[in-house]
Amino acid sequence: MIDSACIHMVWRRDVLRYFREKSQLYGSLTRPVLWLFILGLGLRGGYREVGTVNYTQFIFPGIIAMTSIFTSIQSAISIIWDREFGFLKEILVAPVPRTSIVIGKGLAGTTLSLIQGCIILLLAPLVRVKLALVNILPLILVMAVMSFALTGIGIVIAARMTSFQGFGTIMNFIIMPLWFLSGALYPLEGLPWWLALLVRINPLTYGVDMIRRLVLGFSFYSPGFNLAFLTGFSILTTMAAVYFFNRGEY
Amino acid sequence: MATIEVDQLSKSFRGLVAVDHVSFAVNEGEIFGFLGPNGAGKTTTVRMLCTLTRPSAGTARVAGWDIIREPNQVRKAIGIIFQEPSLDDRLTARENLRFHAMIYKVPKEEAKIRIARALEWMELSSRGDDLVRNFSGGMKRRLEIARALLHTPQVLFLDEPTLGLDPQTRNRIWERLLALRAENRMTLFLTTHYMDEAEYCDRIAIIDYGRIIALGTPTELKARLQGDQVVLMTADNLRAAAEIRRRYGVEPALDRENLRFQVADGAQFVPRLVRELGVPILSVMVRPPTLDDVFLALTGREIRDEEASEREKLKSRLQRMGRVWR
Repeated sequence: MIDSACIHMVWRRDVLRYFREKSQLYGSLTRPVLWLFILGLGLRGGYREVGTVNYTQFIFPGIIAMTSIFTSIQSAISIIWDREFGFLKEILVAPVPRTSIVIGKGLAGTTLSLIQGCIILLLAPLVRVKLALVNILPLILVMAVMSFALTGIGIVIAARMTSFQGFGTIMNFIIMPLWFLSGALYPLEGLPWWLALLVRINPLTYGVDMIRRLVLGFSFYSPGFNLAFLTGFSILTTMAAVYFFNRGEY
Repeated sequence: MATIEVDQLSKSFRGLVAVDHVSFAVNEGEIFGFLGPNGAGKTTTVRMLCTLTRPSAGTARVAGWDIIREPNQVRKAIGIIFQEPSLDDRLTARENLRFHAMIYKVPKEEAKIRIARALEWMELSSRGDDLVRNFSGGMKRRLEIARALLHTPQVLFLDEPTLGLDPQTRNRIWERLLALRAENRMTLFLTTHYMDEAEYCDRIAIIDYGRIIALGTPTELKARLQGDQVVLMTADNLRAAAEIRRRYGVEPALDRENLRFQVADGAQFVPRLVRELGVPILSVMVRPPTLDDVFLALTGREIRDEEASEREKLKSRLQRMGRVWR
């Protein structure tokens, strides 16, 4: 099941390509910056403060989560490209277990997502968020678990989809709803019941909430509950990813 | 013992039979070719032998390992060159090779030596650090062959190895493949619908509708057609065909511009034909039979030309893309 050479190769290839294609890196950084500074500042006036936190500060954890969502799902979706351009066959026909390919892909998505997430963390002083040093490591851990889980979702999508034509569909039907319903952009109190329900069944909500705890010092749920939920979710999506990837016909 | 032993191998997709109880054996160091039109079941057979597709019935042994029960052993023993490119074109040639060596667990130092040798062997040494996306079709093919050699496989599978390449490039690739076989006693299994490519094989199996309809050396297969091929162009091919049928009792094949049929002795037949045929003859040629003639004689059809098959490929590709939307 665990073939370290295979995991290493799959991981290393994705990371190598990421650093080679700078456009991907810059492109994925403009989005959070737009949200944070354009939308965030624009909406700030009409927002009633939660304690001492203004709107840009409030959505800062959400922007970190957004970076994780986009980066990890996009990274996993590259399986579709690999299939379309043939490279996937090269890996699939090698004497390696498919589970290891999934793990390699998951770790690659997590790595890239962490790199992007950490860059966003560096913006904290710009929105006057003070990060406690002791919280940095736990924060990275939470981001890692969440990213790994999301890469799993990406792999399931990639295994089920037969071409990259549907990428826009994924964007509109999976990535955007996941993010909008995660409480990244608004507080969880006082929502209409149906929205509250959707937010509650979205696993990302607990990731965003946990990140908010570590960044801003408050959260809706208890850290223990958030962590338990995230871990469970991560295990579940990994299992699903392995299952669907193994079952796929290539 | 044979390197590849295939026993009653079959595959059907939703009731559609792609490969129909195929049996054959390939000897060590042999170049064995599957010749047939597109959709004949060639690629499906290769995919089964490479453990990528599970057979519906029957089994096979490759390098002594069972393709169903011991797929991982089979995978270690084989190298594959797929019909469509399977390189990462955003990486350099050397990186592609390095990742292959990694996943096949070739020790690092050893890999370095083998990569250098494989690049040199495929005449790519000077381009090792270039991105693959800047390579020509022929270079990509050679790189894929170089890559497949890194883990020193016993059997090399090549699915339409020179499809879409120009004749000069094809010759160059074949020169390399033949040298490879001569030096390493590697067994080569290939599929093709190019007649000239089939001529390179020690033995070929002609496959149509998932069945082997003939198997032998190219010389043996052509010798089955006793006589010569007459290729004829006339002012009115349809009328000429009818007359030939009536007068000589042979059934001529019609293509875009020519009539083609077989007679026992071409040199004696042509003067008679010129004398007797009521339709003006524009050109006439006598030649020994080719594998294409063998296929025509066996199936009544010709192996479709490259142009048509490319169109077909594009069509199936578009259909595949369309599947997402439905």
